[in-house]
Amino acid sequence: MQNSTYLVTLVLMLMMGVLILITQQVYADEKLKGTVALDGSSTVFPISEAVAEEFLAFQPRVRVTVGVSGTGGGFKKFLAGETDINDASRPIKASELKTAAARSLEFLELPIAFDGLSVVINRNNDWVDYLTVVELKKIWQPGSTVKTWRDIRPEWPNQPIRLYGPGTDSGTFDYFTETINGASGASRPDYTASEDDNALVQGIRGDLNAMGYFGFAYYIANKDKLEVVPIDGGDGPVVPTAVTINNGDYSPLSRPVFIYVRNTSLERPEVRAFVNFYVDHAPQLVAEVGYIPLPADAYRRVSTRIQDRESGSTYAATPALMAPDLLVTR
Amino acid sequence: MAPRGIHARSTAETSLRKRHARARLFALFCAAVTWAGAALLMLLLYQISVNGFKWFDVQFLTSFPSRFPYKAGIKSALVGTLWLISLVAIISIPIGVATALYLEEFGKKGRLGRMVEINIANLAGVPSIVYGIIGLAVFVRGLGLERSLISGALTMSLLILPVIIIASREAIKVVPMTIRHAAFALGATRWQTAWSHVLPASFPGILTGVILALSRAIGETAPLIMIGALTYVAFLPEGPMDAFTALPIQIFNWVSRPQEEFHELAAGAIIVLLIVLLTMNATAIFIRHRAEKKRG
Repeated sequence: MQNSTYLVTLVLMLMMGVLILITQQVYADEKLKGTVALDGSSTVFPISEAVAEEFLAFQPRVRVTVGVSGTGGGFKKFLAGETDINDASRPIKASELKTAAARSLEFLELPIAFDGLSVVINRNNDWVDYLTVVELKKIWQPGSTVKTWRDIRPEWPNQPIRLYGPGTDSGTFDYFTETINGASGASRPDYTASEDDNALVQGIRGDLNAMGYFGFAYYIANKDKLEVVPIDGGDGPVVPTAVTINNGDYSPLSRPVFIYVRNTSLERPEVRAFVNFYVDHAPQLVAEVGYIPLPADAYRRVSTRIQDRESGSTYAATPALMAPDLLVTR
Repeated sequence: MAPRGIHARSTAETSLRKRHARARLFALFCAAVTWAGAALLMLLLYQISVNGFKWFDVQFLTSFPSRFPYKAGIKSALVGTLWLISLVAIISIPIGVATALYLEEFGKKGRLGRMVEINIANLAGVPSIVYGIIGLAVFVRGLGLERSLISGALTMSLLILPVIIIASREAIKVVPMTIRHAAFALGATRWQTAWSHVLPASFPGILTGVILALSRAIGETAPLIMIGALTYVAFLPEGPMDAFTALPIQIFNWVSRPQEEFHELAAGAIIVLLIVLLTMNATAIFIRHRAEKKRG
């Protein structure tokens, strides 16, 4: 018994010792120090992760951390002053704005990329050529009576349509329902929902009569397994591509995603450096992780907003694509 | 009489045969279920190794997460997990074993004792996300420990304490009364009896429980996500107050990425998690074996 107690203690001490050794690394002397805390949307996470990774190669003594609590959960922490930057896949909500005002918390709202929503079907589906926004609404609205493909267009087969989409906690769900059905959260409930977009990909891939929607990046990663549906928003069917999303042709199913920065955090040099780095490197990094960069003019506009500390939200009230930063280039 | 006797015997024989057949059928069923479980596990291991091993190298262990799959690694997650599990062990083992010892050896077996017992048994069945909520409210916000290693370790300790307590109590319960009587007869105090005789005798059982509990803690994701453990951390924690990430969170993040390569990286991280787990279990079995041999 005595021996085994010693052994356990020894093992524990060894574990701690190894940890301390690993963590006592000496970093080269660099310019900036401190921490930058990000949290928020899982959609924006890959972009922030990429920026943090590059930034650390440049400023290794700044500790950048990125969490994933969802856009709403992230805003709670952001408005409580726990984080410096919030990743958001939708503009700040009126209720969140109110909280910010009550705590007299000033922030910058910086669009950093486009995310397109793609509507996809099975590879072997040979009847769907495109869908209009009106047809999408007919399919997805609450109380929808669409049960077969024929219910959408009479010339389509009389086979049951099976729907796949993100769960209600997702920003993608909020955006799709708001744009197509007219109210955030309004959707027919009888579809296969998953917070894991990869599960949706698998589902649609194995089901000839499937139709679903999710983020553009998930379509791009699986484009040889699925068929994307061109969407007609009024000016003819448009296939989502980097080009059509970037120039605004793929409408209305593309949206800007944001980072929100607290003005008080921006007083700290390491946060300022990080945010500037973010905007400067966004065009390249955004594309690398599967999203669509904003037009070059929009990034310039965003940079001036940081310089001039133009705080507050311009996106909360207007439809996302009509916002001044993006409109200026279209 | 004779025909009836023969008849009775033959019915007895058929019924016996029937019962034997039923027993064999049941044994077959049990074997099938066992093998189905084992086969599923093998399938899982096979799939994970097929996907994961090609990414599994030194670079994978010594790199921070990255947007490039070939550059990405689990350094911060692995070190975070080791830190977390060490802290959990330091916090939960003494408290858990002491509680069990008190309840079995010192506490009075009254109504209060039974209440405590029922409560602990119930706590063992509470979903882990609930512990995450408690951790967020009490440790992260209430005590102001923020999203640090110590918050995570305290939350995880709460989660596994009931398991440790129950296992330790069972181990202490099976120590023969005669050992205690012998100690008392020789003039030992209660404390001396518990510390020098009961505890060593129950040590193998306690250790098994502790390792099972720690193994559960190492794979838990929900409470960590709840208390806001981070996803991207490109530095190593230097103390219990530092921010951290852990293997299950890294795996969760990679699995939810669109690109196939990240799914394979997740499989690689799962292999590492399994290795850590198996090492822990093997150490426990080794120590237990030694302890048992010593006593035998």
